[in-house]
Amino acid sequence: MGMKFVVLVVIVLAVIAVAQIMRVYELSSKLRGKREEELSLKTNNINASLMLVFLLIFFGSFFYMLFAYGRGMLPNAASEIGQDIDWLYNVNWVIVIFVFLSTNTLLFVFSWKYAYDPNRRAHWFPHDNRLEMIWTIIPAGALAVIIILGLMTWNEITGEPSDDAQIVEIYAKQFDWTARYSGDDNKLGYSDYKLLGTFEDSESGKSYSNALGVVSHNSINWRVKGINNEIAELKETIEKEANNELAFSEARVNQMITKVEKLERIRERVLDMVGMYDDSVVKFADDDYMATELFLVKDQEYYFVLRSQDVLHSAYFPHFRAQMNCVPGQRTTLRVKPIYTTQEMREITGNPDFNYILMCNKICGVSHSNMKMAVTVGTQEEFDEWRYTDGITSMALPDTISAPSNLNMERMKMPEAAHHGDHGDDHHSDDHGHENGGH
Amino acid sequence: MSAAAHTDHGHHKESFITKYLFSQDHKMIGKQFLVTAIFMAIVAVILSILFRIQLAWPGESNSVLSFFLGDTWAPDGVLDRGMYLGLVTIHGTIMVFFVLTGGLSGTFSNLLIPLQIGARDMASGLLNMISYWLFFLSSILMLYSLFLETGPASAGWTIYPPLSVYEEAIPGSGAGMTMWLTSMTIFIASSLIGSLNYIVTVLNLRTTGLKMTRLPLTIWAFFVTAIIGVLSFPVLVSAVVLMLMDRGLGTSFYVNDTIINGEILEQSGGSPILYEHLFWFLGHPEVYIVLLPALGLTSEIISTNARKPIFGYRAMIGSILAIAFLSFIVWGHHMFVSGMNPFLGGVFVFTTLLIAIPSAVKVFNYITTLWKGNIRFTPAMLFSIGLVSSFITGGVTGIILADSALDIAVHDTYFVVAHFHVVMGLSAIFGMFAGIYHWFPKMYGRMMNSKLGMVHFWLTLVSAYGVFFPMHFVGIGGAPRRYYDYSVYELFDSNQFQMIMDLNVVISIFAIVGGLAQIIFLFNFFYSASKGQKAVQNPWKGNTLEWTTPVEHVHGNWPGELPVVHRWPYDYSKPGAEEDYIPQTVPLAPGEEDH
Repeated sequence: MGMKFVVLVVIVLAVIAVAQIMRVYELSSKLRGKREEELSLKTNNINASLMLVFLLIFFGSFFYMLFAYGRGMLPNAASEIGQDIDWLYNVNWVIVIFVFLSTNTLLFVFSWKYAYDPNRRAHWFPHDNRLEMIWTIIPAGALAVIIILGLMTWNEITGEPSDDAQIVEIYAKQFDWTARYSGDDNKLGYSDYKLLGTFEDSESGKSYSNALGVVSHNSINWRVKGINNEIAELKETIEKEANNELAFSEARVNQMITKVEKLERIRERVLDMVGMYDDSVVKFADDDYMATELFLVKDQEYYFVLRSQDVLHSAYFPHFRAQMNCVPGQRTTLRVKPIYTTQEMREITGNPDFNYILMCNKICGVSHSNMKMAVTVGTQEEFDEWRYTDGITSMALPDTISAPSNLNMERMKMPEAAHHGDHGDDHHSDDHGHENGGH
Repeated sequence: MSAAAHTDHGHHKESFITKYLFSQDHKMIGKQFLVTAIFMAIVAVILSILFRIQLAWPGESNSVLSFFLGDTWAPDGVLDRGMYLGLVTIHGTIMVFFVLTGGLSGTFSNLLIPLQIGARDMASGLLNMISYWLFFLSSILMLYSLFLETGPASAGWTIYPPLSVYEEAIPGSGAGMTMWLTSMTIFIASSLIGSLNYIVTVLNLRTTGLKMTRLPLTIWAFFVTAIIGVLSFPVLVSAVVLMLMDRGLGTSFYVNDTIINGEILEQSGGSPILYEHLFWFLGHPEVYIVLLPALGLTSEIISTNARKPIFGYRAMIGSILAIAFLSFIVWGHHMFVSGMNPFLGGVFVFTTLLIAIPSAVKVFNYITTLWKGNIRFTPAMLFSIGLVSSFITGGVTGIILADSALDIAVHDTYFVVAHFHVVMGLSAIFGMFAGIYHWFPKMYGRMMNSKLGMVHFWLTLVSAYGVFFPMHFVGIGGAPRRYYDYSVYELFDSNQFQMIMDLNVVISIFAIVGGLAQIIFLFNFFYSASKGQKAVQNPWKGNTLEWTTPVEHVHGNWPGELPVVHRWPYDYSKPGAEEDYIPQTVPLAPGEEDH
């Protein structure tokens, strides 16, 4: 509080002081008959000199920062494409810094040099077609080079992955990342957001946990069971309320009724998925496994398939110079081939604590700045070792002993109209569901 | 206002309300826009200083934070994480729309269009008044959203869905976002009404002899800006309306296969990327809605104070038109990493880099105008030179960002923040300051203090570069924007963390110094408006028509006949002439060439 008061007093006093100085200044200029728009030669020359002083300080601090912070902040790119990008950066920086230095120099030096002189008249020079052609054509030429080089690199970056690229899914949600490796078949199992959920079956003691909504054996059965259970619980509560056992507000009850209706519709859409995936594709998920950290093998190309559960996120690997948004309801992709192990990077940077990281780079909520995943690059041997330690979760689901034996029986309870022939949404996700190979 | 009777409209006597509040006079409306925008700018600067304090000294208790935000948003003087995003969002929204769009176009298009084209007033005084009051209303709503219990909109000024659609995703997307969307819809209505008025006025009300090729570049800039606004703002309205429907009516324009906070949504089949396209279809032209008026103002000021014709008048008009056209086909460069088709990305690389050509032409023309000039460093001239510098410095980094391959590495980092603040923020605000210093005598009939203006300029220039220059390096270092703090860096690279924090402290100190330096301007502005030296009719010895109007405002601008124009506005230091300027109203001498 004391601090606040002092600051306020200082500001008020400063304003009063300036006001007083102004009055004195104005009175004196009134006495001398000086007009505000008539700048004295001295004032004008001071400003002219400041133009030059500013230019020197400006460029001086630019070069200082270039050497102090330009190279040290991010080490050299640690991926194959990243190195191409770094090369392109250097080419562009040469052009950009040249233009920055030369035009700013012209601007401030001319300002200084041609300051007002009562004995001189400005040079009448309204236009010159030749000059204007020159500074249209030269930038156009430089830009042509920049565009061609840029598009060549862009095409390479966004090109198709090679056949031996490992496919890994990176799944984003507020506020963490999950990786799903495609396993030995290098094919990711299909996924659908409607299958996502957890359910503890009290009868069999088995549990269903499908954090990524992967389509696997029995996942539809389990999900239907889970929804049924949820609906039953809600209905029970509503029943109790009707018997005056609970004291819920009417709004709350209506909310629950709405939710039951919604769940029934979702269940209907889950049931639409029956038969959509036969065993020949469901098996892709069998050898998939999840991890909450990313372990990559040096010199192995990776093809990341990005998904988001809730809002936009962006998978940003600063050291690989790689970034791509994660869009709910859509799959985006990213190609990365790491070329240095974490250990090698520690040596290159001279920093024994160095680690790779995956950060979120699209505002995604209150804890946006905490959304990260540790990334390690190692050898194949190190990777194999990592793969069989804790932290790795298999995607395979337990069989459901008491799952609805005939799922079509389930749908008999529902009104007929809702599902006949209308599979629009699900065909949509089916089309995009072919994650096996990404081609 | 004794001169009201002069006008040939035969206006009745004005009361306080019709003169100062519901005025239909373009000069008063321009001043209303200006004062409102100055107030909004003060708020936006304070918001930025608050979040800069957090970025430089994260987690430390600060009495400034508790003073402004109280226990709710800064418990123990530490900024709340959610409010941090709210501050960033509202700072951006206010600066882009309320200060640099409403404030810049609203002030100077209103003030200068009738004065420089020799018209009594805008084509429709009533619509003009409505435009201001809608702007005022939207400003109030935007400010009010800061005081909501759940906080203001906090999904970033671009409000990408689904984050902006669901309160469960971020608290600011509740009432705060509704307020934001409502305020913006009203703002856009204001902007559209204003723009249509400007276009009609420029096309229809030019005085005798004022051909389009004799228009000052200010008017060309305002005219083209208004056209851009009319063509692009409606697209933002549609984006906003679709979002309101997604929020309230259960539609799914922007939503697909989403689970928010554990709750599965039925809405399916839309795409968040659709919103990005709609938003940036306005969003990129918006950059030029902000920039072109500033460039127009400085074209005029640089020519006047260098006592030289603006170099390449026709090329300047051509580049304004080229920039305007290209501004509509470059929006995709904001979406290189959105998951958009890479081929489309390539097309946008091409169109975006093309914009560098007319921009380069403008810069070289400014520099050539200074060459062999006779430069008077009025505060307006200083800020104009500052604008050219920031336009260069910010423009060249645009070349990096326009290159999709390079953009991948710095997209959404502080490099982007630095780039657009320098090229758009600084340039436009420098242009606005230049315009205020230069046309202050036309607004208030008095002069601003030039010494204070100079101090204001040098402090502002140094602190502005002090803020945004290091920010480029933070961005190249890979620091993402909209991060509450950079503690995550400690996990993987403590060296880099230290560098980012060092620079963040430098940036924040310059931000505070720069913010405080504006007190000098505010003082100068309000003091001079009432007590400044009385202005003479043509203090800067300018050629354009506004300097032929009387110092005291009259309704209808010219007491007698409207002036007749005989030449272009840039006859400065013309050989053979007595004075180093020839006003547009002076007939061509026998044998004298028009420009």
